[in-house]
Amino acid sequence: MVLSAADKSNVKACWGKIGSHAGEYGAEALERTFCSFPTTKTYFPHFDLSHGSAQVKAHGQKVADALTQAVAHMDDLPTAMSALSDLHAYKLRVDPVNFKFLSHCLLVTLACHHPAEFTPAVHASLDKFFSAVSTVLTSKYR
Amino acid sequence: GFLTAEEKGLVNGLWGKVNVDEVGGEALGRLLVVYPWTQRFFESFGDLSSADAIMSNAKVKAHGKKVLNSFSDGLKNIDDLKGAFAKLSELHCDKLHVDPENFRLLGNVLVCVLAHHFGHDFNPQVQAAFQKVVAGVANALAHKYH
Repeated sequence: MVLSAADKSNVKACWGKIGSHAGEYGAEALERTFCSFPTTKTYFPHFDLSHGSAQVKAHGQKVADALTQAVAHMDDLPTAMSALSDLHAYKLRVDPVNFKFLSHCLLVTLACHHPAEFTPAVHASLDKFFSAVSTVLTSKYR
Repeated sequence: GFLTAEEKGLVNGLWGKVNVDEVGGEALGRLLVVYPWTQRFFESFGDLSSADAIMSNAKVKAHGKKVLNSFSDGLKNIDDLKGAFAKLSELHCDKLHVDPENFRLLGNVLVCVLAHHFGHDFNPQVQAAFQKVVAGVANALAHKYH
């Protein structure tokens, strides 16, 4: 799977529109993931996962900031995300299936908040982008 | 039951506001755009060469309408989805030869379309109820495969 020039342009434009809401959307995507796919909560036994949790807000911001970095370095995701790649492989070891759940909930969150931007073509580009990020984050698993 | 009383309320509450014909075309169209390999089942549908072509394709709209009306009928039998979709399951296996993974992809695209239409009303609890529904329908459609 390859991100085309159009995909990169779509993702940059959409993420640009999100601006300072990124952290809020990161937290919402996490909340949606925990709600819809309860098995994902097993990775956060140490968190308060109730609605409005400060820990989920902070973690959502972290996820959003990492994605903002990824958007800025779409031409070389493996290099840009190397440290996070190591973290997920050696410390966090989140089963790869879970990246699909979070990616889907990120799409749902964006669809809710930015209907004008969430055209079919942009939907496709975002899905590819999240898939590419997920692949990089699980690339050192074995 | 498959859904709690609260979840049934959330699902039916939202579904009542859905234009099933339109959402069907939108969901099937987006499936073909976002996951282009799914076009393999629709070679006879004509021009699928771009996102715009797909979304405005009359055959895609018609088929999407058919699929979602069937899904909508299934919702009326939410506590026996396997029974409700038994015949369609056999059809998709024996005649249409559709990999059930496609039902899961379409289910998630449908969730994205509902989010797109309903915005804030499609909150995490409503989404979670719908995720259960689309998973249940996908499993029901896969149930008779052999």
